[in-house]
Amino acid sequence: MLNTEIHLVENIFSDDIERSATRDGFGTGVVEAGEVDERVMVLCADLSESTRSDEFARRFPKRFVEVGIAEQNMVGFSAGLASVGKVPFVVSYSAFSPGRNYEQIRTTIALSKSNVRVCGMHSGVSVGADGATHQMLEDIGMMRMLPNMIVVNPADAEEARKVVTESVKIDTPMYLRFSRSATPVFTTHKTPFAFGKAITLWDSEKPRIAILATGSVVYRALLVASALASEGIESIVLNVHTIKPLDNDAILSAVQRTGRIITIEEHQVAGGFGSAVAEFLVSNYPVPMTMIGIQDRFGQSGEPDELLEEYGLGVGNIIKEVHKLILKN
Amino acid sequence: MALTDAQVSTLEKKAEEIRETILNMLVSAGSGHTAGSLDMADIFSAFYFHILKHDPKRPKWDERDRLILSNGHIVPVRYATMAHAGYFPISECLTLRKFGSRLQGHPEHLLLPGLETTSGPLGEGLSQSAGMAYAFKMNGTKQRVYVVMGDGEQDEGNVWEAVMFAGKYALSNITAVIDRNNIQIDGMTEDIMPLEDLRAKYEAFNWHVLDVNGHDIRAFVSAVEEANNIYEKPVLIIAHTIPGKGVPDIEFDYHWHGKVPSKDEVKRFLKELRTGAGRVPNEYA
Repeated sequence: MLNTEIHLVENIFSDDIERSATRDGFGTGVVEAGEVDERVMVLCADLSESTRSDEFARRFPKRFVEVGIAEQNMVGFSAGLASVGKVPFVVSYSAFSPGRNYEQIRTTIALSKSNVRVCGMHSGVSVGADGATHQMLEDIGMMRMLPNMIVVNPADAEEARKVVTESVKIDTPMYLRFSRSATPVFTTHKTPFAFGKAITLWDSEKPRIAILATGSVVYRALLVASALASEGIESIVLNVHTIKPLDNDAILSAVQRTGRIITIEEHQVAGGFGSAVAEFLVSNYPVPMTMIGIQDRFGQSGEPDELLEEYGLGVGNIIKEVHKLILKN
Repeated sequence: MALTDAQVSTLEKKAEEIRETILNMLVSAGSGHTAGSLDMADIFSAFYFHILKHDPKRPKWDERDRLILSNGHIVPVRYATMAHAGYFPISECLTLRKFGSRLQGHPEHLLLPGLETTSGPLGEGLSQSAGMAYAFKMNGTKQRVYVVMGDGEQDEGNVWEAVMFAGKYALSNITAVIDRNNIQIDGMTEDIMPLEDLRAKYEAFNWHVLDVNGHDIRAFVSAVEEANNIYEKPVLIIAHTIPGKGVPDIEFDYHWHGKVPSKDEVKRFLKELRTGAGRVPNEYA
């Protein structure tokens, strides 16, 4: 059942739950961060409205830099700012940053331990109508492979806000991943957040499956758990917002109780969040596992929900995969 | 203030010592980039022994000028110059490229205080310089940002993103220096990917451009002084150099871009070493 200690919204399974995109949470959070910390700057590559950087630009025009459509320069520029003590947020679509400027991120941010937040908007197929070129599905893999890089993928707009405001309290390279489409906002101001600490959203006395999800598909994991409960299958749901470093303790204790695990992400299965969990479990506590995510395909145009269905992230498909996993093992 | 003759000959002597150290460290390393390292010795001598506001005892001093080496592969010239300037013992130069050394094959600033950035992958130094220069302007502080780039490096798209950016924001606290030695790994720059008219290209991007003989220390120093007095634009100094300058057998030959001399060759090269406008007396001559 739902964890009642973490102050989730009351109407969590109701149709009238508030919806907002994690990019909106970024926009709110970065203004708050800018208010309390004068070092905070936002750099944008000609996408200020759609990346929700525009409010920061209006509030703090001297700390907002329009770099033009030049994602490579934007990263090197941010590293230079950081070396003089600024805290830059480098904002674009994830298809272009880190998609276009991976090597600049590798050398000038990760290897150099620059205190920069690379913010990838419009991640996943839920970008919708723009199609495959703009639906980034490889960024988690690219970023989590880099030493020194922290990788965070918030579950809803409120968590996204907290990720941004908390991020300026630590000095480290970070990749923050955000989505374009509005999804249910199921956490509140009071819901705890700490980097590297997975959040137990749903727990049961005798769970038979651990459901680990990351990003704006976490809400779907809750719908799955609720549906499974109504047919008598108990489960655990973890919101793993921090993909690197992984919360190994939370993952281990979940699989020790369930003996089975399913991971859910809006990203290629190869190299992504599920892979990170598998890398840990295979050498520590191997259990039967199913990874839900994009199966070695590119995206395409469509409505967010129909695309998520097409790529196996529909609630019905996830429930089916849980059944298969339980039947087989 | 123009340099006196005595100052010029002191800086030339330093350049000669730097070249000697470069040859010794490259032969000890067994790999590395010879031509560009040698041809920038005069300019690095001018930077560390005359131009830069810096303190080898306080490499993280806030008010220091920043010297960014964008084409990291010529870092032997920087290591050698830093050692001669007192950042670390000259003997440490012989650890270049060896396991456990702070003197990595391409520079890593987190390992060796005094380096400003980690570089090697080309095209990034001007972007980083722009970040520093922009932050100094925001803060109202006076540090200058000098950035050395290769000419072959100008092939990189990232360079032109940064050139456009620095022009837009009129980052006049940046002075860029291009080592115009006309070679890159696979051959002559104008055969691999023509760069000319390099001056016109930078001018079109709202830069002020100066051309100098990169082995004429007096001319280089006065170009930097001119650059520091231009408040409307970033400045580029195109330093025309002879690849491998100082060793007649290496000069002008692109094959020396990325290879190092043998022990026997170095013995001979050290005897032939020449700096400045021509041959200068030295203990090997």
